[in-house]
Amino acid sequence: MITIVDYGMGNLASIANMLARVGAAARIASAPADVRAATKLVLPGVGAFDTGMERLVASGLVPVLRERAVEAGVPTLGICLGLQLMARSSEEGRLPGLGWIDATVGRCRDPGGAARLRVPHMGWGRVTPVRPHPLFAGIETRPRFYFVHSYHLRLARPEDLLAEAVHGAAFPAAVAIGSLLGVQFHPEKSHRDGMALLRNFAERA
Amino acid sequence: MSSPPDAREARVIPVLLLADHGLVKTTRFRRPVYVGDPINTVRILNEKEVDEIVLLDVAATPARRGPDLARVREIAGECFMPLAYGGGVRTLGDVADLIACGVEKVAVNSRAREDAGFLREAARRFGSSTLIASIDVGTRLWGRRTVRSHGGRRDTGRDPVEVAREAEDAGAGEILLTSVDRDGTGRGYDTDLVRSVADAVSVPVVACGGAGSLADLHAAFAAHASAAAAGSLFVFQGPHRAVLISYPTRDELAAAWPRGPA
Repeated sequence: MITIVDYGMGNLASIANMLARVGAAARIASAPADVRAATKLVLPGVGAFDTGMERLVASGLVPVLRERAVEAGVPTLGICLGLQLMARSSEEGRLPGLGWIDATVGRCRDPGGAARLRVPHMGWGRVTPVRPHPLFAGIETRPRFYFVHSYHLRLARPEDLLAEAVHGAAFPAAVAIGSLLGVQFHPEKSHRDGMALLRNFAERA
Repeated sequence: MSSPPDAREARVIPVLLLADHGLVKTTRFRRPVYVGDPINTVRILNEKEVDEIVLLDVAATPARRGPDLARVREIAGECFMPLAYGGGVRTLGDVADLIACGVEKVAVNSRAREDAGFLREAARRFGSSTLIASIDVGTRLWGRRTVRSHGGRRDTGRDPVEVAREAEDAGAGEILLTSVDRDGTGRGYDTDLVRSVADAVSVPVVACGGAGSLADLHAAFAAHASAAAAGSLFVFQGPHRAVLISYPTRDELAAAWPRGPA
C-alpha cells in the first residue's frame, strides 16, 4: 500500500486520483501507524517552505518518516515542496529542512540576457534524465511535465541528480538517492508522462 | 524582451465558467449561454491533453457565497492537468479548502480589490506559486482602461498596471488579465493592455478575453504574455456558435504561428 502523507499541505486528492488511475493501491493517511505500515511513501506539498515544515513537525510524523524513508529504505517520492522539505534549508524560509538530502533550496535566478526570467516558473517543461532509472523507464526521451515553483534544489552531491530541466538555467527536476526519490514537477498533473512516472513508482521503484 | 515561444512549448489554457446549472460562456461578462456539463467537458479536455484549466465560478460573488467545494472537488477529481479556480474566494480558509479539493492555484479577484493585505497573507501562508491575482479590465467611454471587480460590475477607477504591480508586490505568483470588453467577442486580445501589464511585472501574465483564432493566441505571446487563455474559442464552433469542446493540437498551433518554430 502506497501511503500519501497528509500533513495539511498539498493536493493529496490529485495524487490519489492519478495513482488510482494507474491501478495502484494508495491511501491518504496522517497516523504514524499508517506511515509505519506503508510499503511506499509519497510526501506531497504545495505552498511555502516554513509553513510546510511547521505543519510537518506539528503532525508528529517526522520521526516515523525518517525511520521508514531514510533508515528502513522504504521507497519515498517527494513532490514539489515535499522534495524541497527533504533538503537542509531553503532561501524561502528560516526553519531547517528535514536534512535527508545533502542540498539547499534556492530561488530561480535570472541568468541575465535579453529575456526577463519570469518567476514563479509555471508551465510545462521538458525534463532530461541524466542516467537510467526505473522512475523514467519506458518514458519518451524528453518527457513533458508541469512545473509550479519559485525555488529549486541545489545539490551538494552531483551524483544525486536524476533529471534536469531548464528555466533560465538548468536545475534539478528529479533526484534519486537510493530509495529516496523526488521530483520538482507535478506528475499527478502531467497527463501521460506523469501517469507513466507514477506507474513506474508504484510498480518498479 | 522575450520572443513568442515555439508553438510546442506555448501554454494555452481553456477557461471554463461555472454557473449554478452548469458551464456557461458569456459575452462582455454578460448574457451567459449554457455550454455543457463540467465533468463531461473536463473529460474531453483530458483526452485532448490540455496544458491547464482555469475554472471560474461566475455565480459565486453575485450570490454572495463562497466556492462550492463539493462541486470543485468533483471536477478536480477528473483533472489530470493543473487546475486553477476562481470565484467567491474571500477567506484564507477558502484557499486552504480549495487546495485540499485538488486545486493547484487559487485566483483572487474582488477580495483583493477590497483588501490588498489579503493577497499578502495568502501568499505568505500558501506560497506565491499557489496564488493568482485575477484582474478584470474594462474600457471607459473615452478609452481609458480601468480595473473592474465583482464580475465586471464595479469600476474601481484604478489603473491596471498599478494594480498588477501591487499584486506582484503582495506575492501573487501569476496574473490572470481579462479584458471585459473583448470577452466572448472573438475580436482578438487587447494586446496593448497585455503588453503594458506583462512589461511592468516579472511574474507570468495570462492573457484572457477576445481570442477568436489560433493566430490571436500567438498575438498574446507576442505581447509578452506567458500563457494564452480562451473561452469561446474552445467551446464554440462555426458562425452560429454551436457548442463543441475543442483544443488545438501542437501541429495546429504551429501552423497558426506566423514564422514557425525558432
